[in-house]
Amino acid sequence: MQPIVIENVHKRFGDVKALHDISFSVEQGELFGLIGPDGAGKSTLFRILATLLLADQGSAFVNGLHVVKDYKAIRRQVGYMPGRFSLYQDLTIEENLNFFATIFKTSVEENYDLIKDIYEQIAPFKGRPAGKLSGGMKQKLALCCALVHKPAVLFLDEPTTGVDPVSRKEFWEMLQRLRQKGIPILVSTPYMDEAMLCDRVALIQKGEIMQINTPGNIVKSYGKKIWAMRADNMFRLIRDLRAFEGTDSCFAFGEYLHVTLHVPVEKVQAYLTPLQHGNLVIKPAQPGIEDAFMQLMQEQNETV
Amino acid sequence: MSKAIITRNLTKRFGDFIATNAITFDVEQGEIFGFLGANGAGKTTAMRMLCGLLKPSSGEATVAGFNIFTQTEQVKRRIGYMSQKFSLYEDLTVKENIRFYGGIYGLSHQQIKSKTEELLGKLQLQQEAGQLVSSLPLGWKQKLSFSIAVLHNPSIVFLDEPTGGVDPITRRQFWDLIYEAADRGVTIFVTTHYMDEAEYCNRISIMVDGKIKALDTPAKLKEQYQAASMNDVFLQLARAKPGENNSSS
Repeated sequence: MQPIVIENVHKRFGDVKALHDISFSVEQGELFGLIGPDGAGKSTLFRILATLLLADQGSAFVNGLHVVKDYKAIRRQVGYMPGRFSLYQDLTIEENLNFFATIFKTSVEENYDLIKDIYEQIAPFKGRPAGKLSGGMKQKLALCCALVHKPAVLFLDEPTTGVDPVSRKEFWEMLQRLRQKGIPILVSTPYMDEAMLCDRVALIQKGEIMQINTPGNIVKSYGKKIWAMRADNMFRLIRDLRAFEGTDSCFAFGEYLHVTLHVPVEKVQAYLTPLQHGNLVIKPAQPGIEDAFMQLMQEQNETV
Repeated sequence: MSKAIITRNLTKRFGDFIATNAITFDVEQGEIFGFLGANGAGKTTAMRMLCGLLKPSSGEATVAGFNIFTQTEQVKRRIGYMSQKFSLYEDLTVKENIRFYGGIYGLSHQQIKSKTEELLGKLQLQQEAGQLVSSLPLGWKQKLSFSIAVLHNPSIVFLDEPTGGVDPITRRQFWDLIYEAADRGVTIFVTTHYMDEAEYCNRISIMVDGKIKALDTPAKLKEQYQAASMNDVFLQLARAKPGENNSSS
């Protein structure tokens, strides 16, 4: 049985199409990423799966249970970490954890092996109110609270948003260990680089899934040749490249620009040379998930 | 070239906790300066002091030539500020927000009028001028928010995680605005958790536990730490210790 099955789900809020014909399944033990910016519909989908919101059309199953008919049973079986920090700010780490264990009619001791790794990192501060924790520590506590009843499925809505790169890295290491324990995880993120850490991802934008595949295959399916370019004055280089008729797209990617062309690269070199850019570098580059996402976004915008 | 920001041993204590510990650095006029650090490293505290919103405990600092201990009102008039938590009024229209902030910054009626036209044109928001800000997509709000932060031609603009959560194309369009402002000579002081964005800065500092642990151009920092990317530099410097003992974020 697939732990999460979503079939043709639609949801509107007034004129806003929050979700449009969403279908996918998550396999047993899979770490599945929902990758997209704010407003893509990620949280709406989580709320439908967590039985907190009704879809307009379509159906969804969690652990074989129907999200409408069997909502009570689902609530006992899933761990849900909402996007907004939703623990009790004035309760301590320890009190929050005990509270959630009690709500689910269990105890912290009973499933301690599941949270041990994560809890030990915050245990030295167990007497501190949740509201006074740093971003990274809040996320760890929230994950412990979502796991304390040993859920059959884990829903994590943007667990790393606003969290610094060190804490993000640690958080994903924890998710890898949980996956090894066999818990299927549906996790959303606006950070494209995190897609690479998932087994499969759905790229979502404006309520529609643009592509579902393994991160490796998504990168492979990116059809265009990318050139990395840089020069001393990057702003001038961007403007010059965008003014060039042979340029298809030109975006900043860290140290370099990623440029795709309608013309052979020699034409760009010929165009740029008289413009006298200092230390101009042009070299082939490998596409990443972000290149693929941006290309799919542009295709989506063209068809709408 | 004048200095936009000068700090010498700038310190802020909250009780016996030192949030910002004797930081010393200069930012040149027209520079894009990335101010990085882990959650709770003291970035927000330092930024609030530089904006004249929080009184430092000790040290010295000037922003746009004004002393942040004694001339906070002059500092506030010379800077722009934008944070991830929008300062736009959701229940006012795009145009009303521009007019409101123009008024706050003391622009004349005529100036507000011409600025409004210019800004709507540049952001291609003419169609949406009469719409409530709450109805705009996140990316547009951020671009509008930035444009309003520089409405009064400040010499420095402080951007606190300006691009969190937006799509990759909008994020880059936002950086186009930053580059353009820097090209006009506006100093940009920006915090971000996107390490690719750190590369867009002329220089960056990395704060760890209240102190500045590194400060240089992205290229030199990568060389110094023998790292392939700024992400690696950041991980080497800011790797969280088990005894994370910060309460702010």
